[in-house]
Amino acid sequence: MSKQSGSLRRYVLTRIGLAVPMVLILLVLVFVLMRVAPGDPISAAQGGHLTPAQLAQKRHQAGFDKPLILQFWEYLRSVLTLNFGTTISDGRSVSSIIVQNGGVTLTLAVGAVVVALGLGVPLGLLAGRYRDSAGDTVTRVFAIVTYATPVFFLGLLAQLLFSSHLGWLPSSGQADTLVQLNVPTKTHILLLDALISGQWDAVWNIFQHYLLPWITLGLLIVGVFIRMIRINLIQTLQGDYVEAARARGIKESDVVVKHAFRNSLVPVVTVLGLQIAMLLGGAVLTEKTFNLSGLGSMLINYINSRDYIAVQGLVTFFALVVVVISMLIDFINALIDPRVRY
Amino acid sequence: MTQTALTSAPEPGSLPVGPTPAGKRFRGLRRFLAPIRQAHGMPKAMLWTGGIITALLALTAILAPLIAPYSFDAYQSGGHQFPKQGHPSGTHLFGTTVQNFDVLSRVVYGARTALEVMILAVVFSLILGVLLGLLAGYLGGWLDRILVLVMDALFAFPYLLLAIVAGFMLSGIIGGGVVTAALSITIVYIPQYFRVVRSSALSAREQVYVEAARAMGAKPSTIVRKYLFGNVIQSVPVIATMNAGDAISTLAGLGFLGLGIQPTEAAEWGYDLQRAIDDVNSGMWWTALYPGLAIVLAILGFTLLGEGLNDVYNPTIRRRRIIRAVLPVPTARKRLHEAAGNGGGTGSTTGDNGKAGTTSETGTTPEEGDGQ
Repeated sequence: MSKQSGSLRRYVLTRIGLAVPMVLILLVLVFVLMRVAPGDPISAAQGGHLTPAQLAQKRHQAGFDKPLILQFWEYLRSVLTLNFGTTISDGRSVSSIIVQNGGVTLTLAVGAVVVALGLGVPLGLLAGRYRDSAGDTVTRVFAIVTYATPVFFLGLLAQLLFSSHLGWLPSSGQADTLVQLNVPTKTHILLLDALISGQWDAVWNIFQHYLLPWITLGLLIVGVFIRMIRINLIQTLQGDYVEAARARGIKESDVVVKHAFRNSLVPVVTVLGLQIAMLLGGAVLTEKTFNLSGLGSMLINYINSRDYIAVQGLVTFFALVVVVISMLIDFINALIDPRVRY
Repeated sequence: MTQTALTSAPEPGSLPVGPTPAGKRFRGLRRFLAPIRQAHGMPKAMLWTGGIITALLALTAILAPLIAPYSFDAYQSGGHQFPKQGHPSGTHLFGTTVQNFDVLSRVVYGARTALEVMILAVVFSLILGVLLGLLAGYLGGWLDRILVLVMDALFAFPYLLLAIVAGFMLSGIIGGGVVTAALSITIVYIPQYFRVVRSSALSAREQVYVEAARAMGAKPSTIVRKYLFGNVIQSVPVIATMNAGDAISTLAGLGFLGLGIQPTEAAEWGYDLQRAIDDVNSGMWWTALYPGLAIVLAILGFTLLGEGLNDVYNPTIRRRRIIRAVLPVPTARKRLHEAAGNGGGTGSTTGDNGKAGTTSETGTTPEEGDGQ
């Protein structure tokens, strides 16, 4: 037992060690990408409004007159202190944007994952178990269609049907204005705040607002789950130990449920990790569709006002989130599947 | 039906019978296409549906000026201004937008934009990805290590964000047009080709025939061109088809966020959907529905095509049509059958039903012989 946990610890440390160069490369990538354009960010953001002297002063303030290597050092420092810089257009620190608007994105993403798992796991297992049946075909077509439907179009369709036509659910925002004002801010995650303060009407209101975005974003990634689980189960069912179980005369239903299902679900965690990037991209689009003021909406706003520092900070944060989450996923994988550890 | 199935069925260890001169010349191509001809069931349905949708899309794109009633940026015709947010009607089958554009015309011309961007993006990323992958895989060393790190970083990045940032920066340099959009999508897909090509180049490099070529003094460029390229390129068509759908999706996403092609330059479905958000909130359906359906159909076409190809080419999930061997009936048994009044049960030769398939999944064995 102690030997096992030792190997796990070694795995975790190795994995963290591997993530460090990855993060560095990502940072360099973002930094270089943000400086490909000619001219400097300050004049791009506010060129029209300021005199040359003011511009020069602003440039100096933001450090854009320094040599590139020093700028990179400043950027590294701002990332290491988790500050991510101060925006040019409205002077907020990117970290405060992350704290205040991140809750929306987090609520959206977590809900979407719940929807995707709740739908994808049973459908994928059924499709794999009854391979080539009519149900399998329908499920596969469903997976392909959800994959082919852009998340924003699905969102607009849902709004048309459930908000405009039927009037069942609200079409935009994360809660009614009054609700937002009345819920005391503690965690910056509205749903959680409402739960903590015990305002059940508010919780219900927020839930209603999030329902369509959750389903929309969840359907974006459910197709991949269905496909992966289906193929996994098919391949698992061809394994020697399944054959052996059958040969021992174990009931087919027991073979499938007790032996095959669990093993074919191991990769779900991996798939989830791979989907994080897609989830974040989808979140940007979903936020825009449902007028939710999460990090994605903020990013688009700052892009439209050509605020390089804000864009750089937010993009860096997204990249870090992806790296950290994929690392956590690997840890979970190592925990549940000893074969992963090395 | 049974006859063609029998002749086109792969028999382990035997080459296609009767090679005509033309057949000999195109043997590589024929071997490549053989799995497609042998496709059946779901993969076949997917291939056909995807192919037809894709062909229709291409036709629409090419014939856009003939199909579309108006130009994509026309807000009037013959001195008559189009209605603003007009319902679908005889003159405007799909209605008009908030900017007085004809929805049908924009949907039709949108096919052209989507296809242009998609082709450019796939070709760019394919060339760059395959080239870099071959170099990294064959040469190895520090170049390989750096490329792998950069590609891994690019791959880990949320792809839409990458396209957003690339589009944001490129539009600052070369403005927002079809090429900008294509380039911002290109950067997203390079890593996929790179990875696949690099890993197959790595394994191909160790093969005996490459070693033999090297021993005989072939130049590295010759080895890459003549020996590696052909082996490495095989998985690329499937990825390219899958990416084609993805590229259209990314383009629409960029357009929806207002970062894609400028609306005056070309009709773009994603941009049209962005303009439709407010319409939807006031209950207007036609400005969102038609461009959206166009996107879904376009992506669906390429995805089905890619999925079908994958099913056909991927040996781990491919299943061949089961062809029941027709054995000569032993005479004694035959007499027995006749005696029982049973007229010989050997008629059905195509064991096409799914249940029979689960038992024999040995599609890999003949293929491994083919690959060398």
